[in-house]
Amino acid sequence: MMDWTIFARSILMVAEKNMRIYYFKGPVVVFGLLFPLLMFFTFFIGRNLDIVLFFPGFLGMMLFFTASSVGPLITPWEKREKTYERLVSLPVILESIILGDLLAGAVFGVIITVIVCSVSVFILTLPLLSAGLLVVGFLLGSITFAALGTLLASPTTDNPSNIMMLSSLVRLPLVFVSGIFIPLDQLEGWQWVLTSFSPLTYLVDLFHAAFLGDAVYPAYIDSAVLIFVSLVFIGGTKIIQRRNLVKGI
Amino acid sequence: MDVIEAHNLHKSFGPVVAVDGVSIAVEKGGIFGFLGPNGAGKTTTIRMLTGVLTPDEGTALIGGIDIHKNPLGAKMKMGIIPENGTVYSDLTAEQNILWTAKFYGLDKSLREQRAFEILARLGLTGRRHDLVRTFSKGMRQRISIACAIVHSPPVLVLDEPTTGLDVYSRRLVIDTIRHMNEEGSTILLTTHNIEEANALCSSICIINKGKIVATGSPEKLKKTFDTSRYVEISFEQPVKRDVFTSQGIIRVENHGDKWRIFMDDPDLAVKYLAALAEQDHLKIVSIATSNPSLEEAFVQLTAGA
Repeated sequence: MMDWTIFARSILMVAEKNMRIYYFKGPVVVFGLLFPLLMFFTFFIGRNLDIVLFFPGFLGMMLFFTASSVGPLITPWEKREKTYERLVSLPVILESIILGDLLAGAVFGVIITVIVCSVSVFILTLPLLSAGLLVVGFLLGSITFAALGTLLASPTTDNPSNIMMLSSLVRLPLVFVSGIFIPLDQLEGWQWVLTSFSPLTYLVDLFHAAFLGDAVYPAYIDSAVLIFVSLVFIGGTKIIQRRNLVKGI
Repeated sequence: MDVIEAHNLHKSFGPVVAVDGVSIAVEKGGIFGFLGPNGAGKTTTIRMLTGVLTPDEGTALIGGIDIHKNPLGAKMKMGIIPENGTVYSDLTAEQNILWTAKFYGLDKSLREQRAFEILARLGLTGRRHDLVRTFSKGMRQRISIACAIVHSPPVLVLDEPTTGLDVYSRRLVIDTIRHMNEEGSTILLTTHNIEEANALCSSICIINKGKIVATGSPEKLKKTFDTSRYVEISFEQPVKRDVFTSQGIIRVENHGDKWRIFMDDPDLAVKYLAALAEQDHLKIVSIATSNPSLEEAFVQLTAGA
């Protein structure tokens, strides 16, 4: 019989530990903060593009990178430092660890992106048509991409740099096929089909709905896809990490 | 009443059988020692008992709760020091203890009180605000123990708690184990150190090649395997092996400046050696009869491991 109070507490404690230890680690700062900013400047500076039109894409990219940057570091780092076995022996279950890692990633993503969003809206005097959709976007986007982070951390290794490499290998292509640099309504044919496979597409679309009202998909479709993808990522993480534990790794 | 129970635990890693049908029962209030050579299956058994590893077969109960059916309930009753598990080096000593205490639902004032008491007991009060990464191995192990006992667990499981520690840290760890036992905790510990097991444990189990080969109190095990009683003697003058000529002598061993004389009857051996010293004008520096040795029992049971 599961004690839900202990379970909830264990998730919060795992998240608290992650926030204290991993938020300021080099790979998180580089891949979570600097990377999206540098990509933004690389693509937008000197090209005379409409910043208002591309702001939802930039915001989506920022949330994507920040929320998914904490998760990949935690498990391999803990296995290398030999703290993972201690963590597993505390009153936690595998789900507590996965959800605690996810929560830490999601909170990191939301904090950084809300700051960036607030400053940008203030400086650029951006229009905001639906604060509700913006909140939904923040919530679902941060959970989905934090879940991607925990999934990326699941392969068996105690070398964080291996996972950071894998993480870049997966995340970078997703950015390029998500309607960030070219708005979805300007895409056709195979390009259009390709974008529909990236979860980031649906977050950017939600932000388009929130800021400009020019979303391609209805908000409920965007939300449903993000929820579905989150569940797939969490389920995949659980299956892989459970298998690792059975093998004793 | 048994508070730690394992029934027929099996675990294989591919073709390698790590644990093959291990069953143990630890009585409330006891200190149970789990001995075995490297690779015998001690740590794998402990990992299954503490819910870190899922057994292929068998059950493990902590305070009557099946750890694999209700891991949270069972782990709340335990404090665990894993063999390869260390504390967080990016947190301070105190942060590690307070964070661990929150898992067990201790309120803020109790957490702080317990952390203060334990840090004082383990001689780390002055370092409580220092990051653990600045600590020696012995100090880290003491913090590891502090985290395991912060909630006064009814069951304390320690996997090789004194391996690699200096004398001071080792003594503190052993004193803490004894103290926790006196406070009512049931202790399960694995160790390579037979002297330590002999001094600490009320009951011992020896595991070899994944199977339990003997179990009982240290005294019972020693008597069972008491086949080699001897008298150890040293003389002021150097002597040669061939001075020991009595017919009752089974064998003679030289260990530095000491001689071990193996005979069926140690009392007879003492009389013989005293007579020999008088006859050959040798001055005895020390003489002692050996007690039955747990080490001897261990070596016999795990021979060829």
